[in-house]
Amino acid sequence: MRRHGPFHPRVHWAAPPSLSSGLHRLLLLRGSRIPSSTTLSPPRHGSLSLDGGMVNPPRVRESIGREAFGPPPASSDWLPARWRNGRGGRPRARLCSGWTAAEEGRSSTLGALLGRQRWLLRMGAGRFGAPMERHGRASATSVSSGGEQAAGGPEGRRQEPLRRRASSASVPAVGASVEGARRDRLGSYSGPTSVSRQRVESLRKKRPLFPWFGLDIGGTLVKLVYFEPKDITAEEEEEEVESLKSIRKYLTSNVAYGSTGIRDVHLELKDLTLCGRKGNLHFIRFPTHDMPAFIQMGRDKNFSSLHTVFCATGGGAYKFEQDFLTIGDLQLCKLDELDCLIKGILYIDSVGFNGRSQCYYFENPADSEKCQKLPFDLKNPYPLLLVNIGSGVSILAVYSKDNYKRVTGTSLGGGTFFGLCCLLTGCTTFEEALEMASRGDSTKVDKLVRDIYGGDYERFGLPGWAVASSFGNMMSKEKREAVSKEDLARATLITITNNIGSIARMCALNENINQVVFVGNFLRINTIAMRLLAYALDYWSKGQLKALFSEHEGYFGAVGALLELLKIP
Amino acid sequence: MRGAFSSQIYAHISPWLMSWPGTFKMAECGASGSGSSGDSLDKSITLPPDEIFRNLENAKRFAIDIGGSLTKLAYYSTVQHKVAKVRSFDHSGKDTERDHEPPYEISVQEEITARLHFIKFENTYIEACLDFIKDHLVNTETKVIQATGGGAYKFKDLIEEKLRLKVDKEDVMTCLIKGCNFVLKNIPHEAFVYQKDSDPEFRFQTNHPHIFPYLLVNIGSGVSIVKVETEDRFEWVGGSSIGGGTFWGLGALLTKTKKFDELLHLASRGQHSNVDMLVRDVYGGAHQTLGLSGNLIASSFGKSATADQEFSKEDMAKSLLHMISNDIGQLACLHARLHSLDRVYFGGFFIRGHPVTMRTITYSINFFSKGEVQALFLRHEGYLGAIGAFLKGAEQDNPNQYSWGENYAGSSGLMSTSPELGPAQRARSGTFDLLEMDRLERPLVNLPLLLDPPSYVPDTVDLTDDALARKYWLTCFEEALDGVVKRAVASQPDSVDAAERAEKFRQKYWNKLQTLRQQPFAYGTLTVRSLLDTREHCLNEFNFPDPYSKVKQRENGVALRCFPGVVRSLDTLGWEERQLALVKGLLAGNVFDWGAKAVSDVLESDPYFGFEEAKRKLQDNSGIDIILGVFPFVRELLLRGTEVILACNSGPALNDVTHSESLIVAERIAGMDPVVHSALREERLLLVQTGSSSPCLDLSRLDKGLAALVRERGADLVVIEGMGRAVHTNYHAALCCESLKLAVIKNAWLAERLGGRLFSVIFKYEVPAE
Repeated sequence: MRRHGPFHPRVHWAAPPSLSSGLHRLLLLRGSRIPSSTTLSPPRHGSLSLDGGMVNPPRVRESIGREAFGPPPASSDWLPARWRNGRGGRPRARLCSGWTAAEEGRSSTLGALLGRQRWLLRMGAGRFGAPMERHGRASATSVSSGGEQAAGGPEGRRQEPLRRRASSASVPAVGASVEGARRDRLGSYSGPTSVSRQRVESLRKKRPLFPWFGLDIGGTLVKLVYFEPKDITAEEEEEEVESLKSIRKYLTSNVAYGSTGIRDVHLELKDLTLCGRKGNLHFIRFPTHDMPAFIQMGRDKNFSSLHTVFCATGGGAYKFEQDFLTIGDLQLCKLDELDCLIKGILYIDSVGFNGRSQCYYFENPADSEKCQKLPFDLKNPYPLLLVNIGSGVSILAVYSKDNYKRVTGTSLGGGTFFGLCCLLTGCTTFEEALEMASRGDSTKVDKLVRDIYGGDYERFGLPGWAVASSFGNMMSKEKREAVSKEDLARATLITITNNIGSIARMCALNENINQVVFVGNFLRINTIAMRLLAYALDYWSKGQLKALFSEHEGYFGAVGALLELLKIP
Repeated sequence: MRGAFSSQIYAHISPWLMSWPGTFKMAECGASGSGSSGDSLDKSITLPPDEIFRNLENAKRFAIDIGGSLTKLAYYSTVQHKVAKVRSFDHSGKDTERDHEPPYEISVQEEITARLHFIKFENTYIEACLDFIKDHLVNTETKVIQATGGGAYKFKDLIEEKLRLKVDKEDVMTCLIKGCNFVLKNIPHEAFVYQKDSDPEFRFQTNHPHIFPYLLVNIGSGVSIVKVETEDRFEWVGGSSIGGGTFWGLGALLTKTKKFDELLHLASRGQHSNVDMLVRDVYGGAHQTLGLSGNLIASSFGKSATADQEFSKEDMAKSLLHMISNDIGQLACLHARLHSLDRVYFGGFFIRGHPVTMRTITYSINFFSKGEVQALFLRHEGYLGAIGAFLKGAEQDNPNQYSWGENYAGSSGLMSTSPELGPAQRARSGTFDLLEMDRLERPLVNLPLLLDPPSYVPDTVDLTDDALARKYWLTCFEEALDGVVKRAVASQPDSVDAAERAEKFRQKYWNKLQTLRQQPFAYGTLTVRSLLDTREHCLNEFNFPDPYSKVKQRENGVALRCFPGVVRSLDTLGWEERQLALVKGLLAGNVFDWGAKAVSDVLESDPYFGFEEAKRKLQDNSGIDIILGVFPFVRELLLRGTEVILACNSGPALNDVTHSESLIVAERIAGMDPVVHSALREERLLLVQTGSSSPCLDLSRLDKGLAALVRERGADLVVIEGMGRAVHTNYHAALCCESLKLAVIKNAWLAERLGGRLFSVIFKYEVPAE
């Protein structure tokens, strides 16, 4: 089997099915958006090495002009080139911390391997405006890959030299029936049509290739969901390229990736059926500032050879798009943040949480003795006020699955809490900040109603315990000197949380909605905030508003991105 | 969850530095204000009695609002000042027509008027001030002082000990709202929008006839959001704990800067984008293609999570300021939307005239409401609590039944020095800020004939807006000052201190003019009217109540003697000629205006200039304003069966006829003319007062009696005469009935502006559109 190298990095590409080594497929996609499911080839395991033992491929900096990309591959004057990755060699120096550092150790065992050859064609039309540099790089990758001919993968799969795109005369993979499926965005095929049974089936199911990822690149955290198929047949297993396998193994057998990447094992959704495949959904997060390392890893592993589509949402999908492209040779499919969020929530709520309820609320939130977390059946989800607390806060009013609006947002969010905590206490992690907050006393920092009025302010019906001025006591030098870091962390948490609750309440009133779902990673392991939100909403609305929470609080955007990949409505 | 209050304001900031004339600076005080830790009180200062705490002898009904840094004291006093009263001679015989006898007598009398005094000073001086009050307070009937503000209980004992008055604590928010209603109703141009990058930065609002409902957002240490529906009905609709205290407290922690003003100063120099995570930080460069503004803050302090970076104090303070202002603005918008309100007034120590915070709050309101909600600030925001507390204590005097007017002579302007201009320099000197309001004898209301009261703007030219015009008029008033001083001295030949007082007047008005050159917005929108009114207030201040009374007396005497002749000659004319002659008469009389420089120059240099000269200018026969201009015109209307309401100024302004003079004049004319005589008797001619003491006229502040009469009699034609009333003001006034505005342009500059020449005539007859 062969394929062409990533002739142009902008192409959305997918690989032919891998059920038989003799299968070639030509896929042709146009446009920068994610290919609709009809344009995706059936799923197959691409090849990606997760080993760290790759050298930077020798680069041939060569600009390739339009002609270099050749005419549309309907004609036969192109050559399938073999693509492989995992060329072995010394690990290259990593840019960044933990994520890659962790797999550094594993690198040697994973070894270099080859990707399956695939036919891949791109249609460069309309994309030639991209910088030459990128053209050059894309081409260089191909060249360099081609430069290491016949390096055998561990499976001993036959490797074909990768041809330079510029001279892409067709060199069919040995044993491969020349077959190519060319599709444009509209899903029309052309070219050879010898198709295997499974492929037909796959196509029918409109499944994209594995691996299935959904990525949400936020301001602070990257959320990654990964679907681990558990119904892999023996045949499939055999076909599965090593790199894909290693991704699977790497992600599912670890709970931490380097010092900053973490898999939230407790959130794993088991025996999930997605697109006709059964498997587990994994939830992984790492800081956005490690994004370069992540991309670098993708590059090092030649992730691009898997021809998977990376569906990504969040601001980072835009910010890092170029990096993905130029460094990782990966084309991101950028998705709208809010669309993904809502899709994700509705989906996750519908599948539940391994038999338990996804949604919950707090009973007696103010009473630490009696406070109970209870499941909530979100059977009538609409209308719903959705408060997503990430670095900042977005508030959406959701009226139906497709009808929602962004009501407002505030910049006082999780990033503010953590940022202020860092400045005030010198803490370095969110967990640390929360841990400090749990031991602090905010009433030393905040000025309460009773500090001013000696009790309730009856004229306005304000209880004495209400905060009159956040950090109000800190106007006094003596009191500044008397507070601990824990108190400050607590006050910061209370301040931000109260404010979000207050804005959410006003939005709920304005939109005439009485159930408010709070999501986002600010709430992760943040029972203080959740209980406060629950209490505040209940108290100030006199029981009219209900604060709801969701187990997978921060991952909905990523889930939505995954669903978008799978075209699950 | 949150509550918010203004009462506990622990600010220890220098107050606004007011550069009102004769600004009294306290002697150097050791303490620069030590905030909540207890102010060290300075007893060594001496206060000049004629500058601050004036009229204490007659003071009663004290109220005090003690904030964290500033004390606001309010009291009510009666002010005795001289007024020129006119009185008819007792005409027992018919011998009053003798040539050299004046038509009526003028007597200068002492009149007692009511005034509200509000003084704002740093808490540091509270003890000295209380001592001063005790020493000068004569009135012993006062037993109670109303107190409000967070510091009220802290200083309770001190007040009770010093003044021997019982302290009655009043609710902070109630006082605030009462005060707010009061200033919105009584002080023109009280509210303004703040636009940082436009000129002028302050855009004052004309007084809305219906001030309710509105939203008041008080940003003290916390934030209170109150919906005010009527005078007595208001509701705390929400609040936020993130307020001025958060800025100060959190700011102090982050920057180790202890003072509020210094924090603001830091903030004004910082770059928040170094600390905040902006949309462009999250989206990279793609925000443009997505139609997002990259400069929006995605997460406040979002960048500070990377602990390995150092952040500057300035940047953190700026970020904090944005965070808090945006948050307050957002909540205010959400509440405004919920209650369908589009006007939100902001007050509290976080605002207190700070351009920095007014700017960020305004930005936030505009952003979150998409321009649908207006952020408004108040010129006398700092006094609201004291005013409210005073009103609560004075309920039995029913101050709300009266109209009050800001006394420009006795009040400090707005923000003569912006608080962030070098707070360090001001830390050791205190300044007193004053507001004085005169009780007007009668309540003022809208003219019922205004087409659209909310959009009525009396003034023709906004001098805050028009720099050229401002420069011209300020210079014009400066140049005219000598003449006014001379006239003032001359009007009181028997007074020994007239020259001295006149000199003080000159100083005061000169200083006001200089202040207005620097801060045109100091007293609201600067207009020719406000310049004229300020001059009248300053003249009154130094007991020159009516410098023109003698001149008017003499002129009226002459004119009365001419009246029969003028009427006779008019009666000989045909109808059409007569109408023209009447109008020319109205206009010619209008030339005699001592306020106009062109005219007063001629008059001062040539004492014999008079009627004939005016006549020549207009090339026709005419009479002096009221007697030879207005009365023949009125008589003509009466003859054709028209009922006439003749409204004159309540108080003196330049040589304009006052209501009381008009009564005497009418009486004398009635003695000569049967038409006027019978009209007066049959009440077809009614003489009323306008409620104004200005050469100009604000049709939204007219005597209630006049308004009632207009409505009752169904007036269908309004004639406005004179440059002040028909050109400087009301030139563009739209009425719902026919109107006639006439004047002679006695100012070359204005004539040129309007496209005419000096002594050109304005004769503007308007019929409202169907």
